[in-house]
Amino acid sequence: MTDQPILVGYDGTDAAQRAVEFAAKRATAEGCAIHLVYVLEWSPYSFLSTQELEERHQRRTEELSRAEQTLKPALDTLNKQKIPVTSEVRYGHSGELICQIAEDKGACQIIVGRKGGSALGARLLGSLPLTLVQASPVPVTVVP
Amino acid sequence: MFWKKTAAASAVAMMSAILPQVAHAQEVGFDQKINEAIAPISNVIAGTMFYSVPIAGTAFPLIVGWLVVAATIFTLYFGFVQFRKFGHAISLVKGDYSHPEDAGEVSHFQALATALSGTVGLGNIAGVAVAVSIGGPGATFWMILAGLLGMASKFTECTLGVKYRNELPDGRVSGGPMYYLSKGLAEKGKPGLGKFLAILFSICCIGGAVGGGNMFQANQAFQQVVNVTGGENSFLAGSGWLFGLVMAIIVGVVIIGGIKSIAKVTEKIVPLMAIIYVTAGVIIIISNISMVGDAFAQIFVGAFTGAGVAGGVVGALIQGFKRAAFSNEAGIGSAAIAHSAVRTKEPVTEGYVALLEPFIDTVVICTMTALVITISGELNSGLTGVELTSAAFASAFTWFPLILALAVVLFAFSTMLSWSYYGLKSWTYLVGEGKGKEIIFKLFFCLCVIVGASMSLGPVIDFSDSMIFAMAIPNIIGLYFLMPVVRGEISQYWDKIERGEIKKVK
Repeated sequence: MTDQPILVGYDGTDAAQRAVEFAAKRATAEGCAIHLVYVLEWSPYSFLSTQELEERHQRRTEELSRAEQTLKPALDTLNKQKIPVTSEVRYGHSGELICQIAEDKGACQIIVGRKGGSALGARLLGSLPLTLVQASPVPVTVVP
Repeated sequence: MFWKKTAAASAVAMMSAILPQVAHAQEVGFDQKINEAIAPISNVIAGTMFYSVPIAGTAFPLIVGWLVVAATIFTLYFGFVQFRKFGHAISLVKGDYSHPEDAGEVSHFQALATALSGTVGLGNIAGVAVAVSIGGPGATFWMILAGLLGMASKFTECTLGVKYRNELPDGRVSGGPMYYLSKGLAEKGKPGLGKFLAILFSICCIGGAVGGGNMFQANQAFQQVVNVTGGENSFLAGSGWLFGLVMAIIVGVVIIGGIKSIAKVTEKIVPLMAIIYVTAGVIIIISNISMVGDAFAQIFVGAFTGAGVAGGVVGALIQGFKRAAFSNEAGIGSAAIAHSAVRTKEPVTEGYVALLEPFIDTVVICTMTALVITISGELNSGLTGVELTSAAFASAFTWFPLILALAVVLFAFSTMLSWSYYGLKSWTYLVGEGKGKEIIFKLFFCLCVIVGASMSLGPVIDFSDSMIFAMAIPNIIGLYFLMPVVRGEISQYWDKIERGEIKKVK
């Protein structure tokens, strides 16, 4: 049993589901824990209207509880397999945050799903797997 | 992003194809009728608000003195906070003190940006032109001075806005002068006076919202559109009501229909327009750098001699002070409504951030406009308002009036959206919340767009000035009572920083 968890980027999509399944097998084989990270994209420099300012705190609370609910089935599946699992929901830039959390938690590796968009689109617009591959402090596995 | 712009462009093209026939089918005198009906009312209101005393042979409106005296008192009381804490303000906006756990909440930057989008607009383009065309280049000096002093007023009101805001059980945040006046003065043992000032403020704010926040905007946007479509020969000339109607429908779609996409698009384009405007101004100033010294000389000489200006020094001073107050709204109380939604445990931090607002708005952008107008030599052309600014920029870039027309319409639109919100908050403070009540206000707001576009400039400016300035009376009375509260907030905040309880996170 190692105390270096596997960090999994999760957002409730099929791709994220596949990443969790893959991570579960690795975790069982290596006897390590899994840490699920749900990132809500957010920039403190984006522009909000007056109405949005007023409602921001309310919306944030809603978004957080929705994210927790999305995480729940994944947590349940992992718990059933007796894999130690923790999770967190964070606001920010997904690539930067996942790298930062990987360092903070001393993760042994990062596993994320791939949504399967076109390669050109991913290069032009950026994608989480691409960002992680370039910037991650630990090995990254991208699950197709 | 791109498709939205093309969609907007094709909508404009369609409109211009349809409009001529409609315009010619209508009586031209319609505008004049609206004008004649409203002007007497606005004259009475403006006459009362701008009660003047003769100083050195010129009429000095007491209300302007009221604002400047308040700004000076706050500046002294808080020990020139606008200069001493300028760096700290920048550091707060950058997020140096923002806790990572608060990500997803309203940041200092966002509160400032939203408040700025409500103030940066026509005041910076048209208002400045009015000031220098009446008050001469010297008005610029007094405008800058008023802007610097106004930073302290803004600091005071926005700190209080956050401190006394209402956090509703559902998580929404609502703040502004009506809350700090009623709650703050109740704490001081004057609940009756607080309630009275809060109600008075709300009434004035509704007036300010439809005046400066709406009619003035619609009016100047229309002027500029007529200008670029051919001036007097424009197919739109004399059809202000029609322009107003189209504008009113778009505003209505956003504020009544809740179509967020239009607001979103505007909010993305407005900062871009502001950047284009400032860049163009800077280019003109740099390419005429040899004349900048002369322009500043004119500004300083004009400020203290008042040469060639009706009313001399006092005339220049009044114009400068008036337009600065109208442009940055310091002491008016409006910005406190937008700023109060920020996520912070320390109200005073938002005060520091807010003091940047008059700086950006008046000291930077207004001064730039004034410099361009002075350098261009268009000052004696007899033009005023946005036409003067347009002509000044056109002397360097012939195509600029087109960009400016677009910028003016968009600035007008975003300012209207912000003010519709300020007005609505005041309205619901008075009559209570409720869908029906809110719709009544919003419909009235849209109606005023049409009225504003139809009137000639004089009555519109007078009306919008008087209503915006009226907000300052209850607001500043309250600020005087609550100054010590702000001082208390400052000292406990800096104690925490000294003890290391509040640290930079970056």
